[in-house]
Amino acid sequence: MYGLGCVSVSQRLDVRKTYKLYIGGKFPRSESGRSYAVTDAKGEFVANASRASRKDARDAVVAARAAVPGWSGATPYNRGQVLYRVAEVMEGRAEQFAAEVAAGEGLRLSQARTAVSAAIDRWVWYAGWTDKLSQVVGGTNPVAGPYFNFSIPEATGVVAVLAPQDSSLLGLVSVVAPALAGGNVVVAVSSQRRPLPAITLAEALATSDVPGGVVNLLTGSAAEIGPWLAEHADVNAIDLTGVVGATEGDNAADAELARDLEAKAAGTLKRVRRPPLSVTQLDSPDWAAEPGLSRMTAFLETKTVWHPIGV
Amino acid sequence: MSTSRKSPAVFDYAPAPESRAIVDLRPSYRLFIDGEFVDGHGQSFKSISPSTEEVLAEVCAADATDVDTAVKAARRAYNRTWSRLPPAERGKYLFRIARILQERSRELAVLESLDNGKPIRESRDVDIPLVAAYFFYYAGWADKLAYAGYGPDPKPLGVAAQVIPWNFPLLMLAWKIAPALAAGNTVVLKPAETTPLTALLFAEICQQADLPPGVVNIITGAGDTGRALVEHPDVDKIAFTGSTDVGRQIAVSAAGTRKKLTLELGGKAANIVFDDAPIDQAVEGIVNGIFFNQGHVCCAGSRLLVQESVAEEVNFSLRRRLKTLRVGDPLDKNTDIGAINSAEQLKRIRELSDVGEQEGAVRWSPPCDIPDRGFWFPPTIFTEVSPAHRIAREEIFGPVLSVLTFRTPDEAVAKANNTPYGLSAGIWTDKGSRILAIASKLRAGVVWANTFNRFDPTSPFGGYKESGYGREGGRHGLSAYLASNDDGPDS
Repeated sequence: MYGLGCVSVSQRLDVRKTYKLYIGGKFPRSESGRSYAVTDAKGEFVANASRASRKDARDAVVAARAAVPGWSGATPYNRGQVLYRVAEVMEGRAEQFAAEVAAGEGLRLSQARTAVSAAIDRWVWYAGWTDKLSQVVGGTNPVAGPYFNFSIPEATGVVAVLAPQDSSLLGLVSVVAPALAGGNVVVAVSSQRRPLPAITLAEALATSDVPGGVVNLLTGSAAEIGPWLAEHADVNAIDLTGVVGATEGDNAADAELARDLEAKAAGTLKRVRRPPLSVTQLDSPDWAAEPGLSRMTAFLETKTVWHPIGV
Repeated sequence: MSTSRKSPAVFDYAPAPESRAIVDLRPSYRLFIDGEFVDGHGQSFKSISPSTEEVLAEVCAADATDVDTAVKAARRAYNRTWSRLPPAERGKYLFRIARILQERSRELAVLESLDNGKPIRESRDVDIPLVAAYFFYYAGWADKLAYAGYGPDPKPLGVAAQVIPWNFPLLMLAWKIAPALAAGNTVVLKPAETTPLTALLFAEICQQADLPPGVVNIITGAGDTGRALVEHPDVDKIAFTGSTDVGRQIAVSAAGTRKKLTLELGGKAANIVFDDAPIDQAVEGIVNGIFFNQGHVCCAGSRLLVQESVAEEVNFSLRRRLKTLRVGDPLDKNTDIGAINSAEQLKRIRELSDVGEQEGAVRWSPPCDIPDRGFWFPPTIFTEVSPAHRIAREEIFGPVLSVLTFRTPDEAVAKANNTPYGLSAGIWTDKGSRILAIASKLRAGVVWANTFNRFDPTSPFGGYKESGYGREGGRHGLSAYLASNDDGPDS
């Protein structure tokens, strides 16, 4: 080495990413103009994220509603291919996801890579469910009369999802993908403290074949945005998983938030997926375990059709 | 009591009343808790016959302490007997109950018509046979739950609180109790205040079947009793059938608890008639859709959507058919339309019908003799109804049909879905592909194509949107009463 100066001259200043919301296939800032500092697990500044507002949530619901006919009406085979495509695009960004997950969740890079791989595989798992669900949870019913009678699952519509606070990518994928697989569209609120993988996921969604509005991602506070989504008359269902750890308080405050959101959702009789809470504690699920059907079936309606048999 | 018919005077029907001697009405009825009939501590009330206003019996009301006693009995029975019983034995109790229901079917049918006001033809041929069928169907599931698709070892929830309406008293009891017991739960059920008698006769049937005490508890009373039951901290499951308003209140009260909740609420079903439909068949379906059970049906086809080109023909045939309907004594075997269940319900039907006229819709009823006593409302059709009219939006729960028209299939779907409800719908057309296309676009849990108001224990029933959530009937109906392993670790 001839001189220290050479090092600084050759070092390139990196181009940082602006993290914004993802609504209707576009990346707007919050209409409120608010942002908040995101730090890594050690407390170092990483980026400013948009702090979504009530109006952002409403815009997201409008975008989501507009996307319902196309997505719920697509063939299950088509939906499966589109979801698989998301996994393909995620794979190409695996290192970026791993860096964000490692920083945000305080994991070693190898651990973060494991979580990212699981998230991609989880997406593939749900992609494969789209054209099998109807056979597994639907069927024909042998009624006592001359009728052909069958039951099929249908998407409930717009699902608001409060994504887990701890598992910023695997957890997020584990709550968004099952709703999509069943034909629902989603408005998701990311982990508040670890929002960056959600926006990178939005970039993967925007560059795969998922139509705009099918997934809308908001960064910010579930405790702030959740009540608006729970009350919104054009939201059909709400997943309260991300209530765990959503308040600055303890479990009791989280439980109170969950109760309040569920009571608000009752106003329009929304389908509610309760958070994993017992009377005494709120627990984060084991996101690595195989999920089962319940995250899909929670947001499916069963339609039964009767048709006479005769010549 | 028969209708006077202005159409050519063919032979009139002679009265053909079913004997009520088969029913041994007692002057008073008590609560059924822990296998025994006990006094309630609430203000007792009278159950009357809506067709004559005669008092049928005095009925005890359960207050909060009675509710607590019943829930404790159910919990004890769950812990000590029902959850420990081999599933096959559980099933055999249900088979036994199904058989006794069949054996006593005429008695149950007469009592149901007396207490509810529905025609004996319906209680005898629809309600009671279905009651037995639901028990028979779910009996068989008791030892086959591992094959139901809810994981390899699905577990019951515990104690189920069940609140049912007055329109199909015993049938709603069957929809609630049969799957709950088959899945291994114990129950506390509250029948409606105006129709408690068949549920209390069912309690006797439980005794005859030697069902272990506490597995089924029947408590009677009004809304307060129901509220105390669903809000009791030791119930694990709430199943409610009734109005959307009460359903909402229950959903709010269950928020933040671990109580599993299924709600079967109101409806404002569209019955869509396309221009290629066989009109005579469609008219029969329209009549069955709205006048079955006096229109006291949550899935009633209360909004008729007729394609414009056949609207006149349908209206003409419908009116002609309505003139032949016989309104009168529920126990008469020729009666088509019985009594309105209560003075309160009659008031609501009258109010909404008056609003229909005030808002500009055209009202028509066939001429018919209405008995002097009791609660009656003639079959009624409103034409020139707009989607904004209250009679096109609100559930009337009576024999009142609102007729609207459409031009294109898209318009039919848009109008059909233009309601916060989503329980049922009907489609009348000769074209199979159209049936499937329209059925897939209707936001409703049950779609009847070229038929209406069919029910079967194997067939899931329940609503979209504000008609509630969860399904009753079939394999799907089991999930309401199971805590399945399949929910994954995060549930």
